[in-house]
Amino acid sequence: MSDKPTPVLRESATFDRLTIQEIQRAAETGIYDIRGGGTKRKLPHFDDLLLLGASMSRYPLEGYREKCGTDVVLGTRFAKKPIHLKIPVTIAGMSFGALSAQAKEALGRGASIAGTSTTTGDGGMTPEERGQSQTLVYQYLPSRYGMNPDDLRKADAIEIVLGQGAKPGGGGMLLGMKVTERVAGMRTLPIGVDQRSACRHPDWTGPDDLAIKIAEIREITDWEKPIYVKIGASRPYYDVKLAIKAGADVIVLDGMQGGTAATQEVFIEHVGIPILAAIPPAVQALQEMDMHRKVQLIVSGGIRTGADVAKAMAMGADAVAIGTAALIALGDNHPRLDEELKKIGSAAGYYDDWQNGQDPAGITTQNPELSRRLDPVEAGRRLANYLRVLVLEAQTMARACGKSHLHNLDPEDLVALTVEAAAMARVPLAGTNWVPGQGF
Amino acid sequence: MNKFDLATDSVRELNQALHDQAKELTEREWHVSNPGGKHNLVVGVNEALSIDIDGHAGYYCAGMNQKATVTVHGNVGVGVAENMMSGVVRVKGSASQAAGATAHGGLLVIEGDAGARCGISMKGVDIVVGGSIGHMSCFMAQAGRLVVCGDAGDALGDSLYETRIYVKGTVKSLGSDCIEKEMRAEHLDELKELLHRAGFNEDPASFKRYGSSRQLYNFKVDNASAY
Ligand SMILES: Cc1cc2nc3c(=O)[nH]c(=O)nc-3n(C[C@H](O)[C@H](O)[C@H](O)COP(=O)(O)O)c2cc1C
Repeated sequence: MSDKPTPVLRESATFDRLTIQEIQRAAETGIYDIRGGGTKRKLPHFDDLLLLGASMSRYPLEGYREKCGTDVVLGTRFAKKPIHLKIPVTIAGMSFGALSAQAKEALGRGASIAGTSTTTGDGGMTPEERGQSQTLVYQYLPSRYGMNPDDLRKADAIEIVLGQGAKPGGGGMLLGMKVTERVAGMRTLPIGVDQRSACRHPDWTGPDDLAIKIAEIREITDWEKPIYVKIGASRPYYDVKLAIKAGADVIVLDGMQGGTAATQEVFIEHVGIPILAAIPPAVQALQEMDMHRKVQLIVSGGIRTGADVAKAMAMGADAVAIGTAALIALGDNHPRLDEELKKIGSAAGYYDDWQNGQDPAGITTQNPELSRRLDPVEAGRRLANYLRVLVLEAQTMARACGKSHLHNLDPEDLVALTVEAAAMARVPLAGTNWVPGQGF
Repeated sequence: MNKFDLATDSVRELNQALHDQAKELTEREWHVSNPGGKHNLVVGVNEALSIDIDGHAGYYCAGMNQKATVTVHGNVGVGVAENMMSGVVRVKGSASQAAGATAHGGLLVIEGDAGARCGISMKGVDIVVGGSIGHMSCFMAQAGRLVVCGDAGDALGDSLYETRIYVKGTVKSLGSDCIEKEMRAEHLDELKELLHRAGFNEDPASFKRYGSSRQLYNFKVDNASAY
């Protein structure tokens, strides 16, 4: 045996193995990397916040006996028929096209069992999802694929999409392998094209136009339905103010962690701001216009647990939306798929090639054989279970903070673990009274 | 005939009356006076009514029209007949930007000129313009036909899918992936029929046809400079 120590290889922090691999991939292919999912790098997030349970100065509610309400009413500002949900966790907009018809149906089933809403996406409304969704939000996107007044009237609410957290400023993308006959038909596109949808609406630009557009949709639907405006988080303070001015009933704010079906990796990782940093300016904008709780705020982007739900609501949100977590609940990235995922260059827990339609879980695919694997009834039940757990967890924490409704959580229930999170969330660093940026 | 005077009645009352009317269909003829350039006139109509607007209309006039025949005796603002599904919308004057945006069906006739982005993202509508159209018209247009009896501005048909474009005058420039195409007998026939339906007395043979070269339908590294 030699006395020489085993050499330690030193990985560069700047040129780490992933960076090297990406340079090599780029040099090989000449095109940027496209993938699904959300940001993978670590960002300031709800994990950097803690809830302060009650003790002497506040008293808690009895964990198993005293009521902690969870319902939420959306669209109270102008709509004749606001939406009343049993739980403040909604299913975010994901298109038929990005997802299989079975997955869309399962989302509708799960949401309906749990008493919440689900949302269409960039590609129109399918009868499966309308049929299985008690409350369905119909997205109004720049592409207007499949947009028509009949479906508009069938919807329970309408969501005007300005952007997505994963790609504020970017348009939609659906690669050719997923543009099958049915998907192409619904979108009036040739089969198999790499569909890139527009990033701006074709018939309005700016807040003054948006006001007229919102009025048009209200006129078409006789002022019945709540109108949401979805914003990818980048300048939430101004965007929220302008959306309120334009007449929105509900604001959907999606942080940069938010999932996508297909976007350039560089876009996912480098554009927009984390949801943690986006909520306080949004709430400030609502409060300054005396619209907090009158125009409801739904936030999304990396919501995973009941703790995330409770913290988002304590920061001032009226509800949250989930995308990625809902897909995982349906069966995405399940360990039993590990072998199959390895065959396509991934592994359970890592799979993010949602753009290319080979998902062995049958969720992010249009391949009939793969999508048939997903049983919408069974997958819907899993989603409903997961939604229940999110709510039970959030209630547990709210009761511990002495709150009889999730909406009674407030920023005073929160502290931050890091200086960054304290500054972004505008709550004190744990154990201090110090909120960075607000003096001592 | 049902008469609405927007000097005294509100846009909300007008649209609600049109939506309610559709259910019984007792009054097919409608006349709207003093439109005053108001926005969202006659939107979301869902039955075969015949509606005359006596003056200028603002944004989204006849938006999402289904089945109705709407005639505007004046000019219109942005997005006339946006997302129309069927029926006929006729503008006796000129139209602002995004005329017929994303419309899925029906016929839109603009007797005067149309501004920028005419037929943007159109999905099956037929648009016939008596005058000229502005820049970026038919951007990402997917299906349907656009006929222009005057000239077209810059970047006509940029990122076009399957819409067919016919222009009689000059085209300032073509957008990415849009090319001039051969005018075959079937095209002369469809153009003749479109001009006839729109009520224009033009010779189809004096038009040129433009369409997609379909080079950008799928990602190719070599096309990166086209954007
Ligand atoms: C597969 C998939 C498809 C999506 N499609 C759309 C869409 O069509 N329209 C849209 O506004 N957002 C779309 N999104 C974004 C979601 O609506 C939502 O903003 C995001 O998923 C929330 O973040 P989360 O995934 O971390 O929960 C999609 C997301 C995923 C994962």
